[in-house]
Amino acid sequence: MTVELLKGNVALAEAAIRAGVEAYFGYPITPQTEVLEHMAKRMPELGRVFIQAESELAAINMVYGAACTGARAMTSSSSPGISLMQEGLSYIACSEVPCVVVDVMRGGPGLGNIDPSQADYFQVTRSAGHGDYHALVLAPASVQEAIDLTVQAFDLADKYRHVVMVVADGLIGQMMEPAELPPMQPLHTERPEWALTGAAGREPNIITSLELSAPGLEAVNLRLQAKLDEIRQTEQRSTEMLTEGAKLIVVGYGTAGRIAQTAVKQARREGMKVGLFRPITLWPFPEKRLSMLADYVDAFLVVEMNAGQMVDDVRLSAGGQVPVTNYGRMGGVVPVPEEIYHEIAALYERL
Amino acid sequence: MTGVETLAEEQLVYRRPESLCDVPTHYCPGCTHGVAHRIVAEVLDELGVRERTIGVSPVGCAVLAYKYFNTDGAEAAHGRAPAMATGIKRLMPDHVVFTYQGDGDLAAIGIAEIIHAAARGENFTTIFINNAIYGMTSGQMAPTTLPGQRTSSSPNGRDVELAGYPLRVAELLAGVTGGAYIARRSLHNVKEINRAKQAVRTAFQAQLAGLGFSLVELLSACPTNWEMTPPEAMQWIEEHMVPYYPLGDFKVIDEVQALMKRR
Repeated sequence: MTVELLKGNVALAEAAIRAGVEAYFGYPITPQTEVLEHMAKRMPELGRVFIQAESELAAINMVYGAACTGARAMTSSSSPGISLMQEGLSYIACSEVPCVVVDVMRGGPGLGNIDPSQADYFQVTRSAGHGDYHALVLAPASVQEAIDLTVQAFDLADKYRHVVMVVADGLIGQMMEPAELPPMQPLHTERPEWALTGAAGREPNIITSLELSAPGLEAVNLRLQAKLDEIRQTEQRSTEMLTEGAKLIVVGYGTAGRIAQTAVKQARREGMKVGLFRPITLWPFPEKRLSMLADYVDAFLVVEMNAGQMVDDVRLSAGGQVPVTNYGRMGGVVPVPEEIYHEIAALYERL
Repeated sequence: MTGVETLAEEQLVYRRPESLCDVPTHYCPGCTHGVAHRIVAEVLDELGVRERTIGVSPVGCAVLAYKYFNTDGAEAAHGRAPAMATGIKRLMPDHVVFTYQGDGDLAAIGIAEIIHAAARGENFTTIFINNAIYGMTSGQMAPTTLPGQRTSSSPNGRDVELAGYPLRVAELLAGVTGGAYIARRSLHNVKEINRAKQAVRTAFQAQLAGLGFSLVELLSACPTNWEMTPPEAMQWIEEHMVPYYPLGDFKVIDEVQALMKRR
């Protein structure tokens, strides 16, 4: 395989193709439209399904239908479009069919703007739809990671029969970086036994999120929660840098985490014992590792491109042992390393 | 003559289609959902496609239709059955896919999905139950409620100045290129039921021939929410609904015409 200069949106679309996505349904919205455009060209070439849907509502329900047949199916959108998909995501999660949803986040609330943002953290991690569940959420910080996590997303979706979201931001979607694409996987043409393939020689398969009896629906919820517990136990992922012996750890994911890395390196050069912790799974939040680090550090500084959302999870993980402060830029403003460095330096001085 | 001899002479002339499950339904007495279910099931049996059929149920009175059809089935979000059916059919082009939707589901919250499924010429069949009311939520005004018709959310009768006019779905969709067969029938008497079955059969045959989107609108009775006896409800369809919603074929492409002649 070779390293190529790839745009984030194109790279993750091609990664999905190579991971064996059989059907893509989407709707144009900046800053993710290149995913749709790449799929429009490549999927028909490969004899796979591509539809530009009439709305994000339709797109996610087309994904729901395709996923019911046991095929690898996906959609992609950006923040306002993800809001529209919440209904469908909830049905899919309750029905326990696998699918992958990419969110290339933009500034909000409302129509907001098309600049990079991380303001969907609550939306994607808390439930991504009505009811009582979490989607599994992966957050890349580079084009290469967007590729790798997109491929893994399909495997995780199939493994758990669950919604897996790849949550990037406009910067990762739009920037070009050298990256390596994976080899083309053969399509998974074998259909699982639960799939809707026609009741030939067997009882009908039914895929529904309806359960009218309260005890019955509680049983559905208990099954779902048991699965989510297993995911919580086994799928927490993070990466860290210079956390050994650190007094202050900066916590950031995706683009914010990557920019914070530059600031942390600068602080180290200035002699400050500062490290970086970057969650890769936003749900399940990597609380095990972070709470372990809370036993050693004096403070956490959370850097996000929002008003402070993940900071809640960091506080829960820190369990009140150490102070947790946050620094956030909003509305599509991307912080520069210098301003994060100043936050680090000011906080470090007070430790 | 003994009883045993009489039994031996009996002939089975009417039975449950294989495409219907042997279970009680939750439908109200006098409701025509049962008739519509039976028509669909008989057609699936006669076409020999039950084992490769996937039905998509709506939100509304027919929300549990997947429990009554003896086929694979899915339960869609409100109005989204055509989108879900699109996903299923595109992945399973050799299977028979149908949606079964009411007037609130199809003509209000799901009007975008049905229009665009028709425009794409999605090769599935929609059975559209028009009973001019929201049944499941106990009788509110539907997009097909007639002018002046009383419902719990139009207590003085539908005032078209305030609530607008009912949608004629078959005519609307007939104007969309991509549809292969669009028809309206009624379930208010035996003759119309027989004609309804012919239309449903044509719709599924169009799908089997790969000709594109097909829809049969069925004027249906909701005696419970219309606050009528079942015979009164049948009469009400004939006297009030049929004049507003004329019966007939609104779109028949040439290839479907050929199918109908061959019958």
